Amino acid sequence: MIRYSDQTLFLEVDLLKENIPGLILELEKFAASTINSVDLQQVSNIDSAGVVFLDEIFLNFNQPELINASEKILNAISKFSSLNLPLQKRSPQENIFIQVGDFFVEWKKSFIWGLYLTADILYWSVVGFFKPRGMKKEAVITQSLLIGVDAVGIIGLLSLILGLIIALQSAAQLRQFGANIYIADLIAISMVREMGPMMTAIIVAGRSGSSIASEIATMKVTEELDALRMMALDPIRYIVVPKFHAITLCMPLLVMLSIFVGIGGGLIIALTYLDLSAISYINQVFSILTFKDIFIGLMKSVVFAWVIVIISSYYGFRVKGGAEGVGKVTTLSVVASIFWVIVLDAINSILFYF
Amino acid sequence: MKDPIIQIRDLTAKYEEKTVLSEISADIPANEITVIIGSSGCGKTTLIKNIFRLYQPYSGSVKIFGQEITTMDEPEYEAILKRTGMLFQNGALLNSVDIFTNIAIPLEQHTKLPAQLIEKLIKVKLNLVNLAEAIYLSPAELSGGMRKRAALARAIALDPEILICDEPSAGLDPLTSNSLDELIMNLKNILDMSIIIVTHELASIHRVADNVIFLDDGKLLFSGTLEQAVRSNIPELKIFFSAGKF
Repeated sequence: MIRYSDQTLFLEVDLLKENIPGLILELEKFAASTINSVDLQQVSNIDSAGVVFLDEIFLNFNQPELINASEKILNAISKFSSLNLPLQKRSPQENIFIQVGDFFVEWKKSFIWGLYLTADILYWSVVGFFKPRGMKKEAVITQSLLIGVDAVGIIGLLSLILGLIIALQSAAQLRQFGANIYIADLIAISMVREMGPMMTAIIVAGRSGSSIASEIATMKVTEELDALRMMALDPIRYIVVPKFHAITLCMPLLVMLSIFVGIGGGLIIALTYLDLSAISYINQVFSILTFKDIFIGLMKSVVFAWVIVIISSYYGFRVKGGAEGVGKVTTLSVVASIFWVIVLDAINSILFYF
Repeated sequence: MKDPIIQIRDLTAKYEEKTVLSEISADIPANEITVIIGSSGCGKTTLIKNIFRLYQPYSGSVKIFGQEITTMDEPEYEAILKRTGMLFQNGALLNSVDIFTNIAIPLEQHTKLPAQLIEKLIKVKLNLVNLAEAIYLSPAELSGGMRKRAALARAIALDPEILICDEPSAGLDPLTSNSLDELIMNLKNILDMSIIIVTHELASIHRVADNVIFLDDGKLLFSGTLEQAVRSNIPELKIFFSAGKF
């Protein structure tokens, strides 16, 4: 493809993008040679990649002269040459201190923005009860169906399995000590205090939190939020508040369902594996549970619900870019929601049961 | 008309049961600008997407570079696409990456050129569309006209033989629209491309068109040169040229 003779480089193949990688490899053989001219007599076709390749030869071999080029080739060179382009450079990477500083400044801005968002959501949620104007009509019902009713199946099924697993794992140990009846205590306390609220919150974060984040993020990237603003509607009040009301209503109900079904799962093991009667199991459940346990469990579920809505909305509103940004904030919202649910659950346990 | 680079025969397209294009037959000549016109919803964009198999045609034949595209295998189809560039109505730039990366994608995926050459090629293409300064900006930082030009630079990254522009003037002011038309005509001369433009902007049609394909309600009513179209006695076409814009 390339021949070298008498300080002249003879290019003997069309300078098209499919030939350029091979030409670059061959050219390396002549790296130490002196090239005063490049003969293009054999070149009948050239594309933009070919012209840029010639530019490289021109720069790397002390500006050789192009000879025997046809008018067509010269014409293409004049159109596509990169030699006299304006210089554009990427901005240099900033040093580590500036990056760390920027990170904290950005974090502080995000944190303050999150506080404003939380305050806005809480304010409009209270106001929304008394002044529903500015909120999507019947949105609370629709959202309750989506967040609550549609989740009944999965939460019921997983709670039943969870109750069965906890009971089964504990039953063998309890039976060794003849403490069969305490299976009811174990299941009731674990479901009411911890597993019911936390597992429901994790499922709701995965189902509804991701949906809230992606809905808001998509609306932002498609300028629907700006459109709402221009219609004098507050996006938080119009989109987030109905979800906030719906999740506040549905979460305790879902947690109650989870507790009830989970205790039911324990009952199955108690009946089949531990030879307990249903009456004694249920009596034991009622005797061990206190009002405090049920109240804290349900209050916790409401707090988890708020955390999920606030975090999902936060990430939804903070989306940057297009489709990829929406995917990113959706993932972040689920991870952050689950993280904070578990952290708050731990704090709650320390506060009330330590 | 010159030799056709695209031959369409009895092309019919359907959305579920609804026929949106009915037995379209037309030739698109090489190295000329063919404008597909018609009122909104008449099937212009659908025709383009059926020609290039973005939607599978219901029936009929489309030959591009003499090859039947409707039935060809995936590798052959991809080879045709590599010789074709498309400027989408809203630019369709990838918003998550900068302009440099947007243009680099086809070059990196479809050539074995080294990174250094790809970078220079990107600069050449951006320079051709007068957008050298935007190389490291993200699409969100560009105005509507700049986004179109960046998308045009991406469309010509592989020196395509056919360039399709779907409503290039949509959403642009008359001056920007005018300069974009001039840019497209310039590129046609520089790259020897055959260009298909979907539009209903009368000023734009008069500026750029060599040939006109006129659609009405999914049917082809006219195919010929711009002069023939302007003088045509087809009532719908007369209304179009007298009303300016549907």
